[in-house]
Amino acid sequence: MAERVNQERRRQAIYGWLLLLPAATLLSIFAFYPTVATLWSSLFSRGTRRRPSEFVGTENYADLFADPTFWLVVQNNLLYAAITIPVSIGIALAMALWANSKIPARGFVRTAYFTPTVLPMIAAANLWLFFYTPGLGVLDQIGSLFGIPSINWLGQPETALWAVIIVTIWKEAGFFMIFYLAALQTIPEDLKEAADIEGASRWTYLRRIVLPLLMPTTLFIVVNAMINSVKLIDHLFILTKGGPSDASKLILYYIWEMAFAFFDAPHAAAMTIMILSVLCIVATIQFFYIDRRTHYQ
Amino acid sequence: MSAESLNDQPFVVLQDVAKRWNGQLGVEEISLEIEEGSFVALLGPSGCGKSTTLRLLAGLELPDEGEIVIQGRDVTSSAASDRNLSMVFQSYALFPHLSVAENVVFGLKVRRVPKAERREKMERALEITGLLGFESRKPAELSGGQRQRVALARAIVAGQPLCLMDEPLSNLDAKLRNSVRKDIKKLQRDLGITVVYVTHDQTEAMSMADKVVLMKDGRIQQIGSPDDLYNRPANTFVAGFVGAPPMALIDGEMLEGFLPDSKIGLRAEHVSIVPAGSGRFTCRISECEFLGSETLIGLQHPGTTGLTLLQPGLSLLEENTSIDINFEDQHLHIFNTDGQRVNA
Repeated sequence: MAERVNQERRRQAIYGWLLLLPAATLLSIFAFYPTVATLWSSLFSRGTRRRPSEFVGTENYADLFADPTFWLVVQNNLLYAAITIPVSIGIALAMALWANSKIPARGFVRTAYFTPTVLPMIAAANLWLFFYTPGLGVLDQIGSLFGIPSINWLGQPETALWAVIIVTIWKEAGFFMIFYLAALQTIPEDLKEAADIEGASRWTYLRRIVLPLLMPTTLFIVVNAMINSVKLIDHLFILTKGGPSDASKLILYYIWEMAFAFFDAPHAAAMTIMILSVLCIVATIQFFYIDRRTHYQ
Repeated sequence: MSAESLNDQPFVVLQDVAKRWNGQLGVEEISLEIEEGSFVALLGPSGCGKSTTLRLLAGLELPDEGEIVIQGRDVTSSAASDRNLSMVFQSYALFPHLSVAENVVFGLKVRRVPKAERREKMERALEITGLLGFESRKPAELSGGQRQRVALARAIVAGQPLCLMDEPLSNLDAKLRNSVRKDIKKLQRDLGITVVYVTHDQTEAMSMADKVVLMKDGRIQQIGSPDDLYNRPANTFVAGFVGAPPMALIDGEMLEGFLPDSKIGLRAEHVSIVPAGSGRFTCRISECEFLGSETLIGLQHPGTTGLTLLQPGLSLLEENTSIDINFEDQHLHIFNTDGQRVNA
């Protein structure tokens, strides 16, 4: 009897592992192994023909901490995240609430909002390049109508990062709107009616009912926005290449530069490990802290 | 019903109210008076406009024509929140992320009732609905019947004089429905509130209501007490809707002394079996249904629809055999060509 139960249990276990196998294989090859390899190579010095690579421990990390460019890039990325995450989520929510209400041409509004998401980032960046170009750009053309002098949005350190931030928000908000729109449509109409009868204003209804019910979506979007604030750098290649004088350089771009322009793989690996750690910590906090206070239907 | 408390004007008045959606049928010519403290049921098949009428009363829809007066105040175009009423939704419409207590006091909080008073009112509402001890549960952690009671508690907590209920029992199983039906009726009596209750279930309407409003295709067919609807149906629709089984309808030409194009209504309990050759009709037995205390026997005869009779206890007659039946003229309901009742 016990024999049979044991056999059944083993069979179940094998069955489970077989189901896990495809995903586990792909993740191992393309995520887990590279992570470990990166961690490993970040502990070695850069090998040259004269001096082969050798184990240097945390020296690569120490170099980075001493590198002012690294700190500038970190600062840029923090500002970039601090602005793009809340602003794009706020705009996404506002657009979703509007596109979910009974307005004329609702389908058109939804499509229009979603268009930036469909465009490849490189194409979008080229589009914005056309807006930002001094003299010829649309912004300058409009500005000149009101006698505002030409501004080189992408060419000066004070404005370059902000110009990049605006492109990112424009690109992301429509994408996040789709999630909010989908979530809003799962909220039954009669909750609004019940709130109406109880005398709740639109604002109270939004604050006390809609926003809490959207929390799972918001959590999901925040995690995505955070990851995007690190990984979304395609437009930098078109718009600024991190310049002028590193004013719009983000960490991932710096890693790319380090690895493929300066051919300094160990330092790039060290930075990658740092990003991964920070992302892991933040995601853990989000899921374990905010998740507990979120209502799932 | 407290007839002596009637003022000059009834508690709620709907006057020639109409609501139309482009092309779609809404409601037409709804005129209705509701006395204070009464229990009024809006009854009818699905799509008859009973829910629309309730929503017009609640202020969730605005009428295209007519006027609505509540407590002597014209509220035709007022917002739902200005009508001093509460509502129980078919789906209960509980806020899923809020606890039972938060759901119940939501309206009080919105209306800025002080905290101590809020607490007191909530405890009372929870006590009445038997929900004490469930304050911190979320709706998802409650059974269907408990959720229904939370919806009731939310409706009565503010002490609004008028409570609207939109098929509040339709999501409950049959057994629970019976007990909650009694609870709701008792609640209404004890609190002295006026209830307008939408249902498609005539048992609910007949057993709970002081006044039943039977609707069909967006129009009121009859307003009256359950006794009126059952014993004095205003037209052939009411006759064919109310009662289980509903009235049989016989073509006038089948019986002597009636106009050929009239319709004659006859209830199953007034039909009796008589020896062969001595009855007014000789019918074929089409089916027998044992209901426990009695047996319902379906009959077929040319020129009649829905002819049935009741026999006490278990009395399964052989199907497709013939029997003779008899009935008295005094039990007949007579309807004219237009289907309107003729006799008093």
